[in-house]
Amino acid sequence: MEPIRLVQPAQPDPPALHERAMDNLRYIRETMERATAFTGISGWGEVAIGLTAVVASLVAAHQATNTMWLAVWLVEGTISLLIAGWSMDRKARAAQMPLVSGPGRKAVFSLSPPMIAGGLLTIVLFRAGLTNAIPGVWLLLYGTGVITGGMFSVGIVPIMGLCFMALGAGALFAPPGFANWFLAFGFGGLHIVFGVIIARKYGG
Amino acid sequence: MAKQSTAKKEVPTKSATTSGPRATAVAQKSVAPNLDRLIHERLRLGIISALAANESLTFSDLKTLMNTTDGNLSVHARKLEEAGYIACTKYFDGRLPKTEYKLTAEGRRALESYINHMESLIKQMKSS
Repeated sequence: MEPIRLVQPAQPDPPALHERAMDNLRYIRETMERATAFTGISGWGEVAIGLTAVVASLVAAHQATNTMWLAVWLVEGTISLLIAGWSMDRKARAAQMPLVSGPGRKAVFSLSPPMIAGGLLTIVLFRAGLTNAIPGVWLLLYGTGVITGGMFSVGIVPIMGLCFMALGAGALFAPPGFANWFLAFGFGGLHIVFGVIIARKYGG
Repeated sequence: MAKQSTAKKEVPTKSATTSGPRATAVAQKSVAPNLDRLIHERLRLGIISALAANESLTFSDLKTLMNTTDGNLSVHARKLEEAGYIACTKYFDGRLPKTEYKLTAEGRRALESYINHMESLIKQMKSS
């Protein structure tokens, strides 16, 4: 009658079940993170950034010195970063996903290298008196950041990055005096247009 | 094609997920009474999770996210829709037909209770 004892044979079973439960939870969290990164960029946030950029370009155009012109755009850059952070956070919360940390981190990691490069180049170009080259460099580097950051996002995000790069290339070779217009058209226009599309198609 | 057939086959048997048949069998036996089998399957769990993090996603969004085929996704999405866990709307974007999915309140509850279930399994193991 001994063989009937086989009722409780394999002891590694409970850990397997426990591991499966952990694995399932991990899968849920990762899928949610991926899905949020997918549309995590806030369209309305971009529209807001675009509007502040249009205002900044108007203010900057009226500055007498290059230093003041640069100062206006640096303030605008800081405001944009704050708006971007706040709006992405809001969108993640609206999706009822407090455990999301991945998407924001990805965005920061992909955007900061080109931004740091842009900051350093700005200092060098400004010191060399090549202020007219700065807008092209900003647009170009911002575009590369958006493309790399948007690789895992909806297809429209890298397209926006490409538009920024194209505009940046144009700005670099455009006659001086158009620089401010390129910035208005890029950071203002492109953000507003793509922001509206993203907001309407991907929930906010 | 092959993927589609697994999707269909999986229902009468049990979830055709990654880990060994033994673990699945145990899960089936001891957890079956209140485990929501409908969302226990990987792809369906993925669809529900992705929709929980977004207001809505289109068929092609989900296909990209889940990295699956049209056939496989539509079979599983239909099951979730029949259960009332997700809602599906079809519309035209210009001339392109689009299918949009949203998570229903019932679907969100199902996911929450599934998560609770998994958590309680983990706790149970830790305490024993």
